[in-house]
Amino acid sequence: MSLSEKYPKEVKRLLSKYPPEYKRSAVMPLLYLAQREEGYVTKAAMKDIAGLLEITETEVASIVGFYTLYHDEKAGKYRMQVCADLPCALRGADQFLESLCGNLGIKVGETTADGLVTIESVMCLAACDKAPMFQMQGPDGIEYHENMTVDRTMELIEALKKSGEAK
Amino acid sequence: MAHILLRHRDIPNINQIDVYKKNGGFEAFKNAVKKMKPEDVTNVVKNSGLRGRGGAGFPTGTKWSFMDNKNWPHYVVANADESEPGTFKDREIMEQNPFQFLEGVALASYAVGANAAYVYMRGEFWQVAAFLDEKIAEMEKEGFLGDKLFGTDYSLRIYTHLGAGAYICGEETALLESMEGKRGQPRVRPPFPPSFGLYGKPTVVNNVETLTNVPLILANGADWYKSMGTADSAGVKIFSLSGRVKKPGNYELPFGKTFRDLIYGEGGGIMDDRPIKAIMPAGASSSLIVADEKALDTQLEYAAVRTLGADLGSASVIVIDDTVSIDWVISKTIHFFKHESCGKCTPCREGNHWMLNVVNRIEHGHKPEDVTLLLNVAKQMQGKCLCALGEFATMAVVTGIERFPQDFKA
Repeated sequence: MSLSEKYPKEVKRLLSKYPPEYKRSAVMPLLYLAQREEGYVTKAAMKDIAGLLEITETEVASIVGFYTLYHDEKAGKYRMQVCADLPCALRGADQFLESLCGNLGIKVGETTADGLVTIESVMCLAACDKAPMFQMQGPDGIEYHENMTVDRTMELIEALKKSGEAK
Repeated sequence: MAHILLRHRDIPNINQIDVYKKNGGFEAFKNAVKKMKPEDVTNVVKNSGLRGRGGAGFPTGTKWSFMDNKNWPHYVVANADESEPGTFKDREIMEQNPFQFLEGVALASYAVGANAAYVYMRGEFWQVAAFLDEKIAEMEKEGFLGDKLFGTDYSLRIYTHLGAGAYICGEETALLESMEGKRGQPRVRPPFPPSFGLYGKPTVVNNVETLTNVPLILANGADWYKSMGTADSAGVKIFSLSGRVKKPGNYELPFGKTFRDLIYGEGGGIMDDRPIKAIMPAGASSSLIVADEKALDTQLEYAAVRTLGADLGSASVIVIDDTVSIDWVISKTIHFFKHESCGKCTPCREGNHWMLNVVNRIEHGHKPEDVTLLLNVAKQMQGKCLCALGEFATMAVVTGIERFPQDFKA
């Protein structure tokens, strides 16, 4: 099913933000929409967006490739993106990341065996005074978690696991 | 002193429209639209001495006056891409004092004759964007945005637009490319956005903090604003303080306080009471300052910080103590810029790649010639790129090696 069939109202609203002759501007919001269900943008969705905006599939793919929040491969349901940039690292982000990976038994870039969480190390998230911190990119968008400890992060993962089982 | 930008710290719930209105909210915008000519609004901002808070410090009113009046429509774009490591002020403004920021966007739009304004936010601010969308809808409902405002012919709509994780989109022309649905790569300048901006139309791009100053400047006058701060840097600034301090956070201060006031006064001093070693006043893009007594007593304003061989930039002050080695610091900044280089200019793309390789070698088995090589690569990048990213990537590297040579000995 195409995006405009699946989310007709949303597609219309997104397109209405920009002058009709410059509808290409809607490529970024449409990619977020396309990524909502699978957690990554499928080839079919890129083709679909290209058609909607009258640009080529290659142009859409170049946007997916350029920006870090778009993905073209499947990963865990949640991407746990830990900031390990200089200000966070000065407040223990590297140790937090290492110890979190140790607890989960995976390396940075890997996904837990149940497919729930992928751990990523990312650049500055504008929360330098609240390190260690990470954002969770998942089906419902992006959520910040600040002033975190490994214990509280493990509890969060446990809660996500339970809510997934309940559904 | 009462806050001017972080007003939520004095007035609880100012992010609710009724509370904002009760505290004089939207009066400046209403008054401007009903009683002032657009160029008069620009003149007040010009006379206030307000300079861009995103990092460049360009006079705001002057920028507005550059708009090409032979080419229409005009656009205003608020730069909410806040991605400099060490900067976290715009997010606090948008979450806690959103209406003052949006009123600033509206005033800028009226001043330059724009009927549409966009807030370009970094993609990570997903929740903030949803929140701002609600606030914009409330303003529309109450008649502060929409068609024929306050019974005049002026109409304005504000839209949010989310980026998707690219530091370079904080550069204004890369931001505009991104808004047009392209990869965020900087344009060749000139032409500058006030003559060729969004969709090739005249566009003002201002940082969130800059715009948040505007409603109170219009309400209280240019002289009121100029009475704060220093002759070089008028008004107040939010300092994002991070790193090895006891109380990191945002602190709003008039220009002219010292690094000592900020770090030891507001920030409570260094963690575990260690000695301070270095200061990066403008985030990862910053030169490294040796934190001696002279530096600590230097005033926080654009001109004074320059006498220390650094720039104040967006005032994202990263504090480094004596437990930290500077070779590690620059490996972090190089890693960042290597990741964030957009790839358009060869010296930046290749230079960052090689700097990362060399600094990794320095960290794992030190050879003195590698330090010379790293300095050599950095200096070859300088002055050769379209935008400032290529330049920023070398600042900590060059000043780190030159000012902290003891940390680069084998």
